[in-house]
Amino acid sequence: MSRARVPLLAWLAALVAAAAIAAGARYTADLSAFLPRSPSPAQQLLVDQLREGAVGRVMLLAIEGGDAASRAAASRALAERLRADARFAYVANGAAGSTERERRLLVEHRYLLSPAVTPERFSAGGLREAIVDNLDTVASSAGGLAQALLARDPTGEVARLAEARMAGSAPPLSREGVWASRDGERAVLLARTAAGGADTDGQAAAMAAARAAFDAGSASGLRLRMSGAGVFAVQSRATMKQEVARVAALGMALVAVLLLAAYRSPAALAFGLLPVLSGALAGVAAVALGFGVVHGITLGFGITLIGEAVDYAVYLFVQTAAPQDAQARRAAWLAEFWPTIRLGVLTSLAGFGALLLSGFPGLAQLGLYSVCGLAAAALFTRFVLPSLLPAAFHVRDLSPFGVHLARLCAAAPRWRGVVTLLVIAAAVVLLAKRDALWASSLSVLSTLSEEEQAYDGRLRADLGAPDARYLVVAEGNDAQEALRAAERVGTALQPLVAQGVIAGFDSPATYLPSEATQGARAASLPPLRELRARLERALRGLPLRAARLEAFVADVAKVHAGARLQRADLEGTGLGVALDALLLPRAGRWLAVLPLRGPPSGGGFIDTGQAREALLGSGAEFLDLKAEADALYAAYLGEAIALSAAGVAVVLLLLMIALRSAARVGRVAAPLGAAVLVTAALLAAAGEPLTLLHLVGFLLVVAVGSNYALFFEHAAAQGPPAPRVLASLALANATTVVGFGVLASSHVPVLRALGVTVATGTLLALAFAALLAGARGDAR
Amino acid sequence: MAPRLERLLGVVLLAWAAAAPAAPSWDVERLLAGFAQTREARASFVERKTVRVLERPLVSSGELRFAAPDRLEKRTLRPRPELLVLDGDRLTLERGERRLQLDLRSYPEVAAFVQSIRGTLAGDREALERAYQLALEGDAASWALTLVPRTPAMSDLVARVRIAGRHAEISVVEIVHANGDRSLMSVQRLPGAR
Repeated sequence: MSRARVPLLAWLAALVAAAAIAAGARYTADLSAFLPRSPSPAQQLLVDQLREGAVGRVMLLAIEGGDAASRAAASRALAERLRADARFAYVANGAAGSTERERRLLVEHRYLLSPAVTPERFSAGGLREAIVDNLDTVASSAGGLAQALLARDPTGEVARLAEARMAGSAPPLSREGVWASRDGERAVLLARTAAGGADTDGQAAAMAAARAAFDAGSASGLRLRMSGAGVFAVQSRATMKQEVARVAALGMALVAVLLLAAYRSPAALAFGLLPVLSGALAGVAAVALGFGVVHGITLGFGITLIGEAVDYAVYLFVQTAAPQDAQARRAAWLAEFWPTIRLGVLTSLAGFGALLLSGFPGLAQLGLYSVCGLAAAALFTRFVLPSLLPAAFHVRDLSPFGVHLARLCAAAPRWRGVVTLLVIAAAVVLLAKRDALWASSLSVLSTLSEEEQAYDGRLRADLGAPDARYLVVAEGNDAQEALRAAERVGTALQPLVAQGVIAGFDSPATYLPSEATQGARAASLPPLRELRARLERALRGLPLRAARLEAFVADVAKVHAGARLQRADLEGTGLGVALDALLLPRAGRWLAVLPLRGPPSGGGFIDTGQAREALLGSGAEFLDLKAEADALYAAYLGEAIALSAAGVAVVLLLLMIALRSAARVGRVAAPLGAAVLVTAALLAAAGEPLTLLHLVGFLLVVAVGSNYALFFEHAAAQGPPAPRVLASLALANATTVVGFGVLASSHVPVLRALGVTVATGTLLALAFAALLAGARGDAR
Repeated sequence: MAPRLERLLGVVLLAWAAAAPAAPSWDVERLLAGFAQTREARASFVERKTVRVLERPLVSSGELRFAAPDRLEKRTLRPRPELLVLDGDRLTLERGERRLQLDLRSYPEVAAFVQSIRGTLAGDREALERAYQLALEGDAASWALTLVPRTPAMSDLVARVRIAGRHAEISVVEIVHANGDRSLMSVQRLPGAR
């Protein structure tokens, strides 16, 4: 008795420990799952941009419903509240006066900011040319601003600056004085959160703050919608949580109903779910210990463990079901069938173990979870469960049902040709679709609906917010060095703008020129006495007297006196926010980020070859974030395929060692290979590109299906399996198909992919195992 | 951005009013009715901008075209070519290689201003009276209509607009800004209009 208690106590202790670890674990749905373990510099930049950069911090807000006036009022109230909220670094809604500080800064520091300020421009001839040009502008229909500033800015520097800033980007429309969508039906706002895009809790808090501010300050009948990378992360996590909870509850309930119908015993049901519980807890605890954080995808996958872990108890209960000598039967079962199940478990562990080596943390987590979960469930079933069961415990004998199945199996040989035909057809489909078989974009793993993505695209277009796909990144030891590097990149990019390869670009040096550049511009301005003399000469014959331009001379004097634009001057303005997004410290160095705008004629796409060529030798790096992300995904996928192939090789090796016969290994492997092939072909024929999650699904098909095939192979020597074994296989498969069928009903693509693959694949695996085993039995 | 646009719009409206020939009969009602009948018009213009800082006015000249119901072109030829088109709510300005396009609905005060002038051209005296105080001087042979905005927001755009003409023809449109700068546009109707 005490010997039997040792595993039981060990199990209880492990269960408590695992539950404690799982309860204390950190759960996330952010991009960390996609951050490679040893990223290239470009990948690191990509992930940094998404996690900490401006891309992840941008929140787009839209107010819908009501009329334009009430939307505008709500926009003003919302912006006012959010500006006072520490969770938001910046809020813009286009309201008049909200950009007054920016305008003042531009006017005040125009000679330091304008690239047009050169010694030539401030020679007598250069001044004359600039003033004549500016007077032409004053005379024109667009002369308003130039006219208002004429005495202070006779060379039209402010107008040039404003124009340079607007080049290539259209300002949002306004209705009732605030920004609105192109169709005028939404008021739109642009905000930057204090929290980074990867700080999902921080993003969730910002969203809640926005919602509360909106509810407090808007008329009824209006709705608030938010979008952006951070918002998506929050929504993904919520969707994942909700879906996982829903699918797990529904799957569990259906499996329970099925088992209850089969066992006719609530106690048996409870005992049968214990391996699942043990496995799931062990898996989560292992991932929490191994990775420090548990990803939502892993958790979603957790419910799938039901699929295989529940089978172990099914085999134990159904194959030993009889009222007499229950305990003796279980002992006999352990002796006869456990080696078969153990081999099945080992093949599963080999398959999933391969994923542990993946550089994709999401996949490595799945691997660890599965290996630990399955091992725990199997160990529990073997060493703990039998001693937990009361001596007289038994479930309903499913032999009568098994006898029906045996009759079907006997008829199977006549249909074995079907398998061959299906495999050939599958091979043809896969060959025909070989180029479009695998999804090439990371977006296939997204939980976002197409509607949400389209809405985000519309809001970005409304607000003129770039999607920041193309970036140039330059580095420096300090902020000044990075700014100087950005200025060199800007010079290298100018020809591309002129050629129309890019529509324009943004640079931190536009907002804050380096001290060196500011110094050079200041040195371009002549001393005051000289300036006055040059003005006299420049204005000869023009309707402007130098005496009228004392405000201009005074502004130049301020620059001579050493006035420089500092980072602190921009604090709290839209310019400062823009600068912070483009000039960032990283690991003791500073990065300057220059987002490029694609030409509108090319649909916003940039000829990356030309861009790279222009930047050759500048020390800066050109990045196509989408291509980079897709390449990252493709690398993961390629690696996962290779690892899966390695896993299959290990499985075959294992079978070879255990079965000691190539023919027997073939008998186990054939139905599994056929099931995977036909499932893949069905997915391809349905137009569903295969993703990482389908691949994981195939591994699960092999893991679950290997048990079926092994049972058939185990029995092959004595003819078809016993009716009880057949019944247990049918029940085990039914629970798997039901559990994964529920998963297939999810609208989250990753869960659906897994569900469809495994439900289809395991059903086929069982059918093929029966058909092929029967075929050989007949042949013998 | 905003001040530049407002002034720009002032000029558009001035040009618009100038492009429409006056009706033959003499009184505000008939004047407006005459505007409403205009389907198309062409005119040459000379514009003198008086800016306080400058010693003498800046002069520009070119051609105006109006097509009912709401299209207006102001083509400046001197000192520098420029094309300004107001078509419905869309305002386009082309100058050299630069092209600026704006949606009038983004600027409600300006849009109100435009709407009131459209009311004028459509013969909608009520709309005009809602936005401006109207004062008519002289007689049919030499008349002058002065429009003074009623709301402060519009006064910031324009202090007053004075349109003068002889019989059916508008000859002068003057816009006076709040800071005293002014623009005087002399208009000469060209043949080919209906």
